Amino acid sequence: MNDILADTLMLSRIQFAANISFHILFPTITIALAWLLAYFKLRHDLSGHPVWMRIYRFWVKVFALTFALGVVSGITMSFQFGTNWPGFMEKVGNVAGPLLGYEVLTAFFMEATFLGVMLFGRHRVPNWLHTLATFLVAIGTTLSAFWILSLNSWMHTPDGFEMIDGVVHPTDWWAIIFNPSMPYRLAHMLLASALTACFFMAGISAYRLLKGDTKQAPKTALRTSMLIAALLVPVQVWVGDLHGLNTLEHQPQKIAAVEGVWHTQQGAPLVLLGWPDEYAKTTHWAVQVPGLASLILTHDWQGELQGLDSFEHHPPVKPLFLGFRLMVGIGLAMLVVSWLSSVWLYRRDRLPNWLLRVLVVMTISGWGATLAGWYVTEVGRQPWLVTGVLKTADAVTAVPTAHVGISLTIYLTVYALLLVAYVHTLFYMARKSVEVAEFDDSELNSPAYAGVKEA
Amino acid sequence: MQDYLPEIFLGLLGLATLIYAILDGYDLGVGILLPMSEEPWRDTMVASIGPFWDANETWLVLAVGIMLIAFPQAHSLVLTELYLPTALLLVGLILRGVAFDFRAKAVTALRRRWDWAFKAGSLLASLSQGYMLGRYVLGFEPGLAAHSFALLSAVCVSAAYAYIGGAWLVMKTEGELQKRAAFWTRRAGWLAILGLVAISVVNPLVSPMVAERWLTLPAMILLVPIPLMCLALVFLVDRYLRQVPTQDDVGYWFPFAGVAGLFVLSFFGLAYSFFPYVVPGQLTAAEAASADSALAFIGVGVAIVLPCILAYTVFVYRIFNGKASELRYH
Repeated sequence: MNDILADTLMLSRIQFAANISFHILFPTITIALAWLLAYFKLRHDLSGHPVWMRIYRFWVKVFALTFALGVVSGITMSFQFGTNWPGFMEKVGNVAGPLLGYEVLTAFFMEATFLGVMLFGRHRVPNWLHTLATFLVAIGTTLSAFWILSLNSWMHTPDGFEMIDGVVHPTDWWAIIFNPSMPYRLAHMLLASALTACFFMAGISAYRLLKGDTKQAPKTALRTSMLIAALLVPVQVWVGDLHGLNTLEHQPQKIAAVEGVWHTQQGAPLVLLGWPDEYAKTTHWAVQVPGLASLILTHDWQGELQGLDSFEHHPPVKPLFLGFRLMVGIGLAMLVVSWLSSVWLYRRDRLPNWLLRVLVVMTISGWGATLAGWYVTEVGRQPWLVTGVLKTADAVTAVPTAHVGISLTIYLTVYALLLVAYVHTLFYMARKSVEVAEFDDSELNSPAYAGVKEA
Repeated sequence: MQDYLPEIFLGLLGLATLIYAILDGYDLGVGILLPMSEEPWRDTMVASIGPFWDANETWLVLAVGIMLIAFPQAHSLVLTELYLPTALLLVGLILRGVAFDFRAKAVTALRRRWDWAFKAGSLLASLSQGYMLGRYVLGFEPGLAAHSFALLSAVCVSAAYAYIGGAWLVMKTEGELQKRAAFWTRRAGWLAILGLVAISVVNPLVSPMVAERWLTLPAMILLVPIPLMCLALVFLVDRYLRQVPTQDDVGYWFPFAGVAGLFVLSFFGLAYSFFPYVVPGQLTAAEAASADSALAFIGVGVAIVLPCILAYTVFVYRIFNGKASELRYH
């Protein structure tokens, strides 16, 4: 029986990880893309220049497709709590339930309803209402992130509750919603979304330019997205550091695993690269800078860092250690590429082809960094599902292993197909847009756009 | 008020489910009816649900959410019992949800395939929901008879969705397609009614509680109007559909309103049979409810936000009033 539960546990964990990894790809883009669309729409309304509407019209289609994938994979998530993790809701449902409920009530309906106006209503409602709908969708996506990150952070750093008969009961909703890690995690995630969307937009715009698109729209989209990225990467580094310090305070075992600190020590080195070995409790081939980890985390070269040996439970080291370095590596690449592109575009009208190709390669770099970061933080919570309250193994379903095996196989197949179709369709849309005329007659002749021809 | 929180949330769960069945019911139904031989019709039919399907599906998330929030134990019980049908339902919803967008953007050669995915996904989701309803109504009873009943329920719920989907098309389309839709609607209607009758007969037979509620005096007399009203609606809708297209499209909204009314009446019948159980025969609302503090906190949100949601939903339906042929992506 224990073996069966263990297998159901592992398969359920894989299934949940697969589902949530697939799901997060799409909101990560849409949260920030919604604001970029709102920005383009507003620029259009203020200037009357048709190029902003062209950018809007291309990216709103991408948005619709991405949003649909986010919605359907999100519905799957909402069912998985019940199908695979019944222990979660039974134990912490009094906290988790209302937070999820507020997400549905304040965010889901608003985004889904006004998306319809955004996509189909441009000629049916006054322009101001269409712009308002765009903003409401952006607010909705962000509210959704707010609630779900509040719940996720609460699972890392639970607060504002008491235990009655082994079940969590809320005592202070303010402390629950704004639990200790929430502001940092939310800021970190929103910035991650912004960077993901910017590189996504830059990559596809670069692809259009490489395919011979000479129109203004992809150029402007590329310039805008790289400028925003260049401004936000440094902010992300700073917020990420704050988030790390917050984690050190509340989940020191996670930081110990991330930094590969096996034994409690003073003046811990910063391991840049290496291969952690959990059996030998050492990091092979470590490339390190003496004292730097202590300096970053305690702001003192000689500061003491708690090692993995001092914790009763600690997460597996390898995924945290490697995932963190992958995330930081991609972040550094983003920093270099966004600055290089922005400076280049400040001086010249167009990027050289090699840099455009780099941008195409980096189209989904944000996905890599976001997933790596989430794996660090979520695997870093193990063996707890809710830190100190509920272990993952105690929340799993008693459904037969074979059933979980079947559902997992179906999901993985569907997700793989959809991912291929999604990326394929995006680049197809980009190629197709190369053939489209810059502006049509109605745009050039309408009084709102007077002067465009001369400009 | 505090004392009635579980029952209030049970009422909300019911309301969300009913709205879901009507709203996503019609767009699932449109998916089921998609004619694979007529591409222009497929475009119009998909356009008719374009601005709405996403929000329609959100009512399912709300219903599952309310169950999760207010009755976590029931939520776990139901979804563990229905593990595999739930997985199939989700695959169906995923397929149709994405096919909807892919069909408009993918390479033209692949378009037909996405339309198939849309149709198959809609059917799979409807069948799974019907099967789940059948299992749920009988309290997840084991045995061949109970599973056969669930299969019958799967077919009939799909037919009911096609029924309301067809009625939606009669309202939103014109010309040949409208005439064709009227024909589909009548066919689906007969099958749906068969299911309604089957459930009405089987339910009191297997459940003494349901039998007692419906078949004892004086309740029986007070309840007689419900089946009578159902029959009248079925008859009137069918009469109308035989005359489509009517002069100047008069009463174009009637079949949809009639079928929606039928959904409301059937739902009332189910609710009356099982109140205050969340899982028939196993768990009542009060037994399964979350802590009062949690319910009160989310209750405030529901009281403020739900009217807003209903208001802007009505507002958006008014914006997209009229025939679907005028609807274009941008």
